[in-house]
Amino acid sequence: MGRNAVAKTQVRMTVNGKEVESLVEPRTLLIHHLREALSLTGSHIGCDTTHCGACTVDLDGKSVKSCTMFAVQADGAHITTIEGMANPDGSLHALQEGFRMMHGLQCGFCTPGMIMRAHRLLQENPRPTEDEIRFGIAGNLCRCTGYQNIVKAIQYAAAKLRGETFAEAAE
Amino acid sequence: MTTAVLTREQREAKLEGMGCKRKRVEDIRFTQGKGNYVDDVKLPGMLFGDFVRSQYAHARVKRIDSSKALKVPGVLAVLTAEELKGVNLAWMPTLAQDVQMVLADGKVLFQNQEVAFVVAEDRYAAADGVEAVEVEYEELPVVIDPFKAMAPDAPVLREDLVGKTSGAHGPRKHHNHIFEWTVGDKAGTDAALANAEVTIKELISYHRTHPSPLETCQCVASFDKIKGELTVYGTFQAPHIIRTVASLLSKIPEHKIHIISPDIGGGFGNKVGAYPGYICAIVASIVTGRPVKWVEDRIENLTTTSFARDYHMTTEIAATREGKVTGLRVHVIADHGGFDACADPSKFPAGFFNIVTGSYDFPVAHVVVDGVYTNKAPGGVAYRCSLRVTEAAYAIERGMDILAQKLGMDPAELRLKNFVRSEQFPYQSALGWEYDSGNYHTAMNKALESVGYRQLRAEQAAKREAFKRGETREIMGIGLCFFTEIVGAGPSKNCDILGLAMFDSCEIRLHPTGSATARMGSKSQGQGHETTYPQIIATEIGIPADDITVEEGNTDTAPYGIGTFGSRSTPVAGAAIAMAARKIRNKAQMIAAYMLEVHEGDLEWDIDGFRVKGLPEKSKSMKEIVWAAYNSPPPGMEPGLEAVSYYDPPNMTYPFGAYICVMDIDVDTGVYKVRRFYALDDCGTRINPMIIEGQVHGGLTEAFAIAMGQEIRYDAIGNVVNGSFMDFFIPTAVETPHWETDHTVTPSPHHPIGAKGVGESPNVGGVPAFSNAVNDAFSFLGTRHIPMPHDHWRNWMVAHSLGLHG
Repeated sequence: MGRNAVAKTQVRMTVNGKEVESLVEPRTLLIHHLREALSLTGSHIGCDTTHCGACTVDLDGKSVKSCTMFAVQADGAHITTIEGMANPDGSLHALQEGFRMMHGLQCGFCTPGMIMRAHRLLQENPRPTEDEIRFGIAGNLCRCTGYQNIVKAIQYAAAKLRGETFAEAAE
Repeated sequence: MTTAVLTREQREAKLEGMGCKRKRVEDIRFTQGKGNYVDDVKLPGMLFGDFVRSQYAHARVKRIDSSKALKVPGVLAVLTAEELKGVNLAWMPTLAQDVQMVLADGKVLFQNQEVAFVVAEDRYAAADGVEAVEVEYEELPVVIDPFKAMAPDAPVLREDLVGKTSGAHGPRKHHNHIFEWTVGDKAGTDAALANAEVTIKELISYHRTHPSPLETCQCVASFDKIKGELTVYGTFQAPHIIRTVASLLSKIPEHKIHIISPDIGGGFGNKVGAYPGYICAIVASIVTGRPVKWVEDRIENLTTTSFARDYHMTTEIAATREGKVTGLRVHVIADHGGFDACADPSKFPAGFFNIVTGSYDFPVAHVVVDGVYTNKAPGGVAYRCSLRVTEAAYAIERGMDILAQKLGMDPAELRLKNFVRSEQFPYQSALGWEYDSGNYHTAMNKALESVGYRQLRAEQAAKREAFKRGETREIMGIGLCFFTEIVGAGPSKNCDILGLAMFDSCEIRLHPTGSATARMGSKSQGQGHETTYPQIIATEIGIPADDITVEEGNTDTAPYGIGTFGSRSTPVAGAAIAMAARKIRNKAQMIAAYMLEVHEGDLEWDIDGFRVKGLPEKSKSMKEIVWAAYNSPPPGMEPGLEAVSYYDPPNMTYPFGAYICVMDIDVDTGVYKVRRFYALDDCGTRINPMIIEGQVHGGLTEAFAIAMGQEIRYDAIGNVVNGSFMDFFIPTAVETPHWETDHTVTPSPHHPIGAKGVGESPNVGGVPAFSNAVNDAFSFLGTRHIPMPHDHWRNWMVAHSLGLHG
């Protein structure tokens, strides 16, 4: 009971390029902070146990499942969420475009986390094989697509980011 | 103007009508994190509700003490059954005409049952409150095995039903019995089995699993005391049913209830029913005067809301020595858990299980389904399948393989020998269905040829010899499945849920400048209705799909409909769209005739407008006609151009398909590898091939999960042993096989556009194909039927029990 009276802590983070300062309870999960305090509802909660990856954000150059990190642990961090992915002119990022062109989503619930994970994957490996993509997104679950078109969506984006054209169509 | 310079093909392409791989409209918002799901809804002053749940599977609730919880900072209220009795809501009706406790009323019947509802300022305070509620239980003996539910000395589970010798579906023969559902010719089937040259009999179990969409069940209820109006945002696959049920229960008039299903993160049958969380959030909002949000966590989702399957099907087939089937008898023990909460039409307590004769011409058949109560979570929903159809397909498709094995016949040959022939359609099945159309031999032969079936069998024979010689430790299985689905519930003559006829609806309103809004009684959970429905309209009335907005999920604006489940959107709502569009086209034709100063009969439809027969240069585009409909209609005609259609289908639709799985299993590790999976689907007319194939990929992945490891398992005292994504199998991209899709097209003769529906076929057909592949792999070593799920460990166990490990 005593823990309810815990004082709030000040945290400062840079989210999608904007610096934000907030007071949070130490137990507040980063995902709740992003969704509820900062109103960035693009990242989702699917499992509570770090398995589904719907809450994946990019934090200081790493893919992080924001349901398994406290907001206070992100103090000083640079975070990109799905809301920060579109190009500065408002057009879709290559990954966002790829997911649409290759039919890489259906209900859309896993999509933000999947795109954020793919974003980091392509930073680390701009020319991944199909197996590398499949392994690279194994921390993100999708219940709708069977992944086949997600793989293609990421291949599409990888090609576009390299200045090439991805020839295959969505199945 | 521009139409004059475009070719026919260009005009057609511009519409993006039926048959085109139109890119999805929904993706623009979903890829940018701008979807609007229930947990994204935030109302001023919103509170948060969370459940105290039972750790026991069967126990008496002796005492609930909320006093400490009420002192937790931020906690405003704790609801128990006592509070709910004050508003007559301690129990609620289920869609299967049973009743279910909203909050534990004296006892609990399954682990994690809802006991109390804590309402607090935020979700953290609610969780603190849940921990502070003290509940005293007295444990009772449990019933977990459905085969022991009807033992004479089995504990009484449902004390509210004591002394009731009949239920909603007829007589009850035991205190834990729910219903017996019988269909078919008993005497004829008994005789066929007694006189048969060859028979098989096997207990084929389809284990308990869960649809587990990535977004759990959730809602936000907001009661406005001044207006006496209730608004509920929720993950509802069937928003209008929820409104009607909410009105009947709360006595709030239906026009003062607003149900909104925003974007839904997958449903797969999980989000059809009404759950205690919805009722508690509504009551809590009435009590506190503030909006209340309830969001399930994943463990709550897997262990409480809507399991699927748990069907135990003793299957007997009679046949001649040449392999012609002569009779089918199936007895099912159906485990419904503590309350019967499946979403079957009221006359079908076992859903459409009587599709169990499958794709085969059985002269006679008989089915008995006994539903029983156990100390497990309630439900029995259709997890990405029409109601109990995947269970039926599994029984018959395993049964046919077992029969083939007994006859020493190739399973493909046995199927080809017994298929309903194309000239037999419409075909009356022995269990009472009229199959609308099919071309089974063509589909099967195409599938066999595509995979090189004969070569695969030759390779398998060689591998088996090599295995016997000790040259390999890998065995190869070829799994076949030829399924017939029954979807599109359904004709009001035999389909209703709680008395609500199962039609569906569409309202199309054209705007003066030639764009349109269509409102639907269905509700997408990822199927892409906003993309595909406009394609139907585009083809029917010549307005480009891009100029049509589809709205779903708001009961204030949408016409009444039964919602999206059981692959009913295309067969029922899709038909309503076409019918509404045709009403519009008929009026448009009258207007065009007036504009062109000819008789209506002198006009013909031409892609995007009407033209005078024989004088193609005299024409009016739909865009011109719509403007005229509002601003210069023919004398005496009402202005405007809109239509509503409520479509009551004359029959179900019967999609079918041929699936083939090739699998290799290492007998020393049990590890399986799906080498190849080929899926041929015939869903009639294809509206958007890209979306169809996406649906097939997704359904196959779910089927793969179910067949190869996904289950909800209970221990002997009713603990769920795999209630989180830690150990409930959801395949990742690594395990998921590569899918090959193919199709044939056999339109439905009774559907306005010939479409049959496809979303659930891959789950229905996929599961038997995987299971048959595993069974086929082991069969030469002497096995007859290996039960699902077939995970690596169980494969190893099978190999071990066969003495393959020395």
